Amino acid sequence: MKLTPVHCGYLPLVDSAPLIIAQELKFAAQEGLDLVLMQQPSWSALRDKLAFGHVEMAHMLSPMPLAMSLGLSGLQAQIDALMVLSVNGTVIGVSDALSDKMQATGWVNTFDDPRATAKAIFAANPTALRIGVPFPFSMHRMLLEYWLSHDPGFQADRVEIITIPPPQMANAVRDGQLDMFCVGEPWGSVAVQQNVAALVLPGAAIWAFAPEKILGARHDWVTENTKTSHAMIRAIYKATAWLDAPQNTPLAVEILARSQHLDLPDETIDPALGGRLVTRQGTAPIQTQRLLNFHSGAANFPWRSQASWITDKLTGWHDLDRTAALTTARRCFRSDMYRDALAPLGVDMPGASDKVEGAMAHPTAVASTKGQLILGPDLFFDGALSDFGPETTPQN
Amino acid sequence: MDADLKIIVVEPDLAKAQDIIDGLRESGWSTVTLISTIAKLAATLKQQDPDIILIDLANPDRDTLEHLSLISDAKSRPVAMFVDHSDEAMTRAAISAGLSAYVVNGLQKDRIRPVLETAIARFQVRQKMQSELDAAKRALSDRKVIDRAKGLLMRARGISEDEAYTLLRKTAMDQGRKVIDVAAALVTAADLLQ
Repeated sequence: MKLTPVHCGYLPLVDSAPLIIAQELKFAAQEGLDLVLMQQPSWSALRDKLAFGHVEMAHMLSPMPLAMSLGLSGLQAQIDALMVLSVNGTVIGVSDALSDKMQATGWVNTFDDPRATAKAIFAANPTALRIGVPFPFSMHRMLLEYWLSHDPGFQADRVEIITIPPPQMANAVRDGQLDMFCVGEPWGSVAVQQNVAALVLPGAAIWAFAPEKILGARHDWVTENTKTSHAMIRAIYKATAWLDAPQNTPLAVEILARSQHLDLPDETIDPALGGRLVTRQGTAPIQTQRLLNFHSGAANFPWRSQASWITDKLTGWHDLDRTAALTTARRCFRSDMYRDALAPLGVDMPGASDKVEGAMAHPTAVASTKGQLILGPDLFFDGALSDFGPETTPQN
Repeated sequence: MDADLKIIVVEPDLAKAQDIIDGLRESGWSTVTLISTIAKLAATLKQQDPDIILIDLANPDRDTLEHLSLISDAKSRPVAMFVDHSDEAMTRAAISAGLSAYVVNGLQKDRIRPVLETAIARFQVRQKMQSELDAAKRALSDRKVIDRAKGLLMRARGISEDEAYTLLRKTAMDQGRKVIDVAAALVTAADLLQ
């Protein structure tokens, strides 16, 4: 059978695993695809290559397709998110110097307490706080701002968010350019291993179900290549299901470490997939729930309400017309496409394509096509509910 | 020629940077500043007040520059080239050559164009050299993998080197794959079984 080539851009991060597994374990080939993975040096380069058709698909930060469709980042291009590739997976770290000062205020690092940690940060560092993120349009930045701005000690002019490529994050802390960072694994663990930083929170402690990376493609390309898009969704779905089975983790680490796609040593990949993180050099690892989720709880479903939440933050940053932005952006998360693609596999689907984000404190059974779907938890640390209602739901 | 345009080149590789700067100078632009890392960019922006910033598309520091373009004050705000659709051919050429450019102070397009054309030409020459070098490297590493695969087959089956290669080639032809892919799969499988 002749395979259809699909060129997919990605950044060499642990959460590109669904693409690498889909290729290496032939899930893509089974769907008739010759998946060609093209490593990119930066998110900006990946964005430009996608916008100009040098790649057909891409592993992207979840806010990127929305920012591009709204014309906020690079060439304006309508980009669809066909599915979510991973939920959660970021960690927040502080420099050793800041960590010491925080402990002097009586704070103890339990790696699960956003309120106490924010309080200690502002108490320990009353002047400017320089925080590194991988890209301005990233869940990293959204979670940081959402979290820190809730603390009474927060003042916008004292927090400076700086973009630093993840592999340089540890060096930037060592050189004194950064006091804090939010980054995807393995780069948080690398900073700990290099003895320059302490990890203080997983991103999941701020939002328990934050869409981290998505599979993006140009809307016009998707329209012209529906079958290929469907095949790709199925291939990645099978890859994430495989990654989700705990017994496959050792083999997944092995494949990711050996594949030419990541170029990272085993000991940096293992903590992210296994969820066991050393938060500071010399301490015992902490087992973290939901550190990085590729599949469970309908993780791959591109919820329109996730698009709404992200877009709401974008409109705040860029002073956009909120209703218009929501209408444009919600179309990008293609829950319709996702449903169509997976129908032949008989996958249990949520009854709705919107949910109230932040409503589930525990895994919860919800209305679904086969009645067996369990979602959540998806709480925000402050208990907020994010409900955008159906009035902005587009008909597609 | 627009000799008073101020250009910043961000490039850590000195030889490559010199090549680009030479190209610009030969074409009449002499106010070119080189910075090797983006860490100094914010300060340099204020100091030099440049018109154009040129950076390799492969430079990971681009994301940092991208962020600056969102937060800088309006006056010294670097904006990615042609974020509208008005000159797609030029932007395509730049991206294909591996170049990205940022314009500061809203410089007009007719003044940018010759600078970009010069830079694109230099990048294309560089890129051709690089891809030839990469092809040579790949050929060498392919040969190493095929040699390892042959060695594995010779030991496992007690056959000669020629027979091992014939077997690899036959398998590749039967499966419609390249010899190097079959060899790589064999080497990977052998590594996993160890």
